[in-house]
Amino acid sequence: MLKNKYRSEINTILSEYPDKNKRSAVMPLLYIAQQEYGYVTRDAIGEIASLLGIDPTQVVSIVGFYSLYYDKQEGQNRIQICTDLPCALRGSEQFADQVCEHLGVKMGETTEDQFFVVEEVMCLAACDKSPMFQVQNSTGISYHENQSLETVKDLTDQLRAEAKE
Amino acid sequence: MDSHLLLRHRNSGEENIRQLESYFQIGGFKAFRKVVTSMSPQEVIDIVKASGLRGRGGAGFPTGVKWSFLSNRFPRYVVANSDESEPGTFKDREIMEYNPFQFLEGLMICAYAAQANVAYNYCRGEFWNLVKVLQGKVVELKEQGLLGSNICGTKYSLDIYHHLGAGAYICGEESALLESIEGRLGQPRIKPPFPADRGLYEQPTVINNTETLANVPLIIERGAEWFRNIGTEKSPGHKIVCLSGHAKNPGNYEIPFGTTFRELIYEIAGGIRKDRALKAILPSGASAPLLPATDEVLDTPLTYEDIASVGSQLGSASIILMDQTVDMSWAALKTTRFFKHESCGKCTPCREGTYWMTGLLNRFNSGLADKDDLPLLEEVASQITGKCLCPLGDFAAGVVLSSMQKFPDDFDQHLQENGN
Repeated sequence: MLKNKYRSEINTILSEYPDKNKRSAVMPLLYIAQQEYGYVTRDAIGEIASLLGIDPTQVVSIVGFYSLYYDKQEGQNRIQICTDLPCALRGSEQFADQVCEHLGVKMGETTEDQFFVVEEVMCLAACDKSPMFQVQNSTGISYHENQSLETVKDLTDQLRAEAKE
Repeated sequence: MDSHLLLRHRNSGEENIRQLESYFQIGGFKAFRKVVTSMSPQEVIDIVKASGLRGRGGAGFPTGVKWSFLSNRFPRYVVANSDESEPGTFKDREIMEYNPFQFLEGLMICAYAAQANVAYNYCRGEFWNLVKVLQGKVVELKEQGLLGSNICGTKYSLDIYHHLGAGAYICGEESALLESIEGRLGQPRIKPPFPADRGLYEQPTVINNTETLANVPLIIERGAEWFRNIGTEKSPGHKIVCLSGHAKNPGNYEIPFGTTFRELIYEIAGGIRKDRALKAILPSGASAPLLPATDEVLDTPLTYEDIASVGSQLGSASIILMDQTVDMSWAALKTTRFFKHESCGKCTPCREGTYWMTGLLNRFNSGLADKDDLPLLEEVASQITGKCLCPLGDFAAGVVLSSMQKFPDDFDQHLQENGN
């Protein structure tokens, strides 16, 4: 149960919104669920709904609307490459192809070991540092800017090595 | 004149103004202490009004006027819009990373002027690490007695909280942003009522962009007259311009309003990559009509009023440069694909129109277009314009229509290659 393991975090989040408006906490609570399970599980949806006194379908609709929430288990590390116009003008589409080739997947696919999924995403507010991507995993979201195939190889090696430890 | 007022704070040398101690040393939070201990909220609003500061998020609405619209009900809320998601925009992130306290001080002065006791900083979900840092800054301010109860020994109290979005461009629209804080889908509200009357939790609310707020401490400290002496009459002050695309040196440039495209691109930023010819400019990311790089456009001063006079918008001043190698039917596909993904789905013309435009532009970019596709694309774009609750649909149609109008050859060539 999230509310036992994350009691103090959840209480802090709830304290940031007025007593009558605890529904506001749904987004931060979904991030906690995702941190814990890697994606938003059915049980977590039920738990968040009951914590906030709202219907589970309302929680599900939030998960569906916002693109940083996931309702199924995919690669542990989401490599999310910006290929929007400003980045594409600086070669990010070709870069994305290279990353896919390096990991042996097509865009949107997960590696066989379930460790990486490569995705195209919309602008990440780092257009001057293209090619760039973010890595989303259970520890949060980190930016990687001014990237090349070499730096990607180093990063994927490093993440795999850390996971083995 | 200072070349940096916002990005690196007051040209203050090499000290790391990310540290509160350094920010204090260069006069940080003097403005906030001054307003809380010696000024009425109305006096603060009057100075900001007199400065002519205009909202930096895109709309350019006069900030002080916005503050003065608040209905006489309490509690009130203040929200910083740090959802920065427009393609080509990366200024608010840099302000919060490199000059966080000036932004927070601006937010705090705004909250005092609005007599709000709670302020939220709404950041896009991808600013995950940045928000952790900012939450730490808020704790430091609380320890210094600058946030919390009885600030500077007065009766005024204020708390700042951060609310992370989760990957939705539409939440940069102020009423969608409020929906998102309330724990709902980020879909724009029907206006009126405006947020100043019924905003967050149905209470009077001020929403300002991050960059707008970063201006406020300087205006309080140095006065409205000082601010008005920078820039132009209708667009006073500095603007952070995000330069991207084929710029030789992409990045944020802080310039006084009134600098021309030519000065910015060629004198300040070093020109175009590989010294190619510049073909087109998107002055406000994906959300304003595209401009051909003619002499008339290049000599246009970067102000709200002048960019409007050549047929586009300054918006958030996220300038995407495209050189002679770019096919504008491809550029239009990229921006349309963005809006198709980001349409919240509430209004049919935007939800369906961005889908259809993407399909048609895909045909141009994959050798499938025929001659009927041009008028159809124009018709779909025109049917979106002016028919939606928020400007997202208009933004999407604007780039398509302007690229068809200014660069018809880029579309025609695909018909010819297909034998039509």
